[in-house]
Amino acid sequence: MADIELQGITKRYPDGTEAVKDLNLKIADGEFVILVGPSGCGKSTALRMIAGLEDISDGELLIGGQVVNERAPKDRDIAMVFQSYALYPHMTVRQNMGFALELAKVPEAERNRKVEEAAEILDLTQHLDRKPANLSGGQRQRVAMGRAIVRDPSVFLMDEPLSNLDAKLRVQMRTEVSRIQQRLGTTTVYVTHDQTEAMTLGDRVAVMRAGRLQQVDSPRNLYEQPANLFVAGFIGSPAMNFFSADIDGDRLATPFGDVPLPHRLRAAAASAHGKRVIAGLRPESFEDAEIAHQQNRQGGHEFEAEVELTESMGSEVYAYIRLEGDVAESDELAEIAADTGASEVPGGGTSQVVTRLSPETSVRHGERARFWLDTDKLHIFDPDDGTSLGREQDVVAAAPSPAEARQEEAAPRAPSA
Amino acid sequence: MRHGTREYTTWSIAIAAVFVFAMFPVLWIVSLSFKTPATVGDGRLVPKEWTFANYNALFSGGLDSPLLRPLINSILIALIATTIAVAIASLAAYAISRLDFPGKFVVLGGALAVSMFPPISVVGPLFDMWRALGLYDTYPGLIIPYLTFALPLAIYILVAFFREIPWDLEEAAQVDGATPFQAFRRIIFPLAAPGVFTAAILVFIFAWNDFVFAISLTSSNNSRTVPAAIAFFTGESQFTSPTGNIAAAAVLVTVPIIVFVLIFQRRIVAGLTAGAVKG
Ligand SMILES: Nc1ncnc2c1ncn2[C@@H]1O[C@H](COP(=O)(O)OP(=O)(O)O)[C@@H](O)[C@H]1O
Ligand SMILES: [Mg+2]
Repeated sequence: MADIELQGITKRYPDGTEAVKDLNLKIADGEFVILVGPSGCGKSTALRMIAGLEDISDGELLIGGQVVNERAPKDRDIAMVFQSYALYPHMTVRQNMGFALELAKVPEAERNRKVEEAAEILDLTQHLDRKPANLSGGQRQRVAMGRAIVRDPSVFLMDEPLSNLDAKLRVQMRTEVSRIQQRLGTTTVYVTHDQTEAMTLGDRVAVMRAGRLQQVDSPRNLYEQPANLFVAGFIGSPAMNFFSADIDGDRLATPFGDVPLPHRLRAAAASAHGKRVIAGLRPESFEDAEIAHQQNRQGGHEFEAEVELTESMGSEVYAYIRLEGDVAESDELAEIAADTGASEVPGGGTSQVVTRLSPETSVRHGERARFWLDTDKLHIFDPDDGTSLGREQDVVAAAPSPAEARQEEAAPRAPSA
Repeated sequence: MRHGTREYTTWSIAIAAVFVFAMFPVLWIVSLSFKTPATVGDGRLVPKEWTFANYNALFSGGLDSPLLRPLINSILIALIATTIAVAIASLAAYAISRLDFPGKFVVLGGALAVSMFPPISVVGPLFDMWRALGLYDTYPGLIIPYLTFALPLAIYILVAFFREIPWDLEEAAQVDGATPFQAFRRIIFPLAAPGVFTAAILVFIFAWNDFVFAISLTSSNNSRTVPAAIAFFTGESQFTSPTGNIAAAAVLVTVPIIVFVLIFQRRIVAGLTAGAVKG
């Protein structure tokens, strides 16, 4: 068991690439932290520096309170699960899982006991004497997990461990990983580019972009109070809608009409009177106006728009509507769109807005319909640097203990794709 | 798969032709080795009278016999050279394939340059040097030049094999607590086994078949290998040529190589085709 502390960690590759820039992160003992971000943002590099597989160019890395910058991987008491699994092809499952113990000169009887125990947890008992080539993808993945578990290390490091599985198995193994981590209570750093995985797994999620840490928070806070445009656009699926808006006192002029600003944003708005900002609203903050009436939802704002397309998912309906005002324009947005794949950031180059409606909705594509939006859920961002305006700053502060974090389990999660 | 009869026939004829072309000289040597001195020149493939005299003559007289001592020398020298070459080549190839160090291409290029040198051009100087150093007519006197010429090839083969082995495996081993040497010995080396065997066979055959160094750098049965020893065969009298004996020795010399190759055949095939299909 150990806590991990990254103090100003920087990685410069010999070719001059700065893959990780001044990364500060404290990970509590037993905590499950996810590093998430688009491909190439430096997640793997950061993880590999913690593992000791990559030299740290600047900054200090502490594991269990000790500076380990100069320690070899084998002296850091860590176990790592690789994206490729990196199973030893010439060894059986038993030998693969027992290899670390064998190197540590654990007597054979105890080694076998530990391997069998881990195999039991992972449902691998009947495959112990097979070679990796004769296992299915899911089984190989579990052997890779098993190899880490058997050693009972103080830290688990996982680099996109599920990305080679098919969609169904991935969801299944996600639950499995979560179950195992809770059972063992081992400090875990988990890297993924999949925001759904990040939101469902971690006690806390650290969002990275282009080598820089954007925000570290519980999944719920990331979702509800993103620190900037990037986090807002990256977390959540379908992504948040962005549009241009002008601050006018306590009101906001949006393409949907003039809407009142929620109280939490008023202080920030006061200092930015007359300014053009980027406003954001998640798909579920919209509703079919008729249904909103029936549910007697308070506040909010109604508007009419043409429906371009509807997609019924059974439990919800996505309606795509066309914005009649200005498309939000910002270099930040354009970059985010490029980072995350243009189509995933509404407003990032398109003027389409995604809304998530109750399944009872009678909205049809090609028709005009009345919509309702929840003004309480509005986010506004500075168009120059993308920071979120009027966000409660104190939520980032300290790392919550894992126990506290788990109590937040009930928090609404990003709707999974 | 099903083949048409015509296709089948064509292939059969082609294979038979290649087989005869390749096997005829071998059969001829075998045949010669069973002929009596009187019938050696009769031009028949199947000997009129069969005799083992040629073989017996090679081994009569125990250690002083024409072939026994050279055979032992050949086996030991080839095995020692192979072992050392494979050990050194795997370490060198590992470094070349895994590490970024200055002068990597100089090492590889230098190795290639060495193997391009015609052996005959270094034999003269070596003769003088070995005489001065006391290596003339000793095992090391042959093993050293064999290593020089076999190592580049072995290194080239092994570099190709090591490159095929994913980095991840080694990093996994490091994280599992292995020292770099343990990672090499327990993970990388076993996985490169087909390459190691391929390299071993090629080095062995090179050392086993060498004539130029063996004839120039030895002077007695202390270290003379079979190819050189054969050149010293004498007929029963001044006027008979030792054709039968030479043929018998050639047959005997080929046997160990065939055994060696047969034992490791599957490994070699795996080795030669490795990388063609991703596992
Ligand atoms: N060995 C290397 N040399 C130079 N640049 C590298 C090296 N490894 C990774 N990079 C660069 O560092 C950045 C971060 O890489 P990585 O940590 O693998 O990203 P991620 O895991 O988030 O997809 C990328 O731009 C990548 O091209
Ligand atoms: Mg990566």
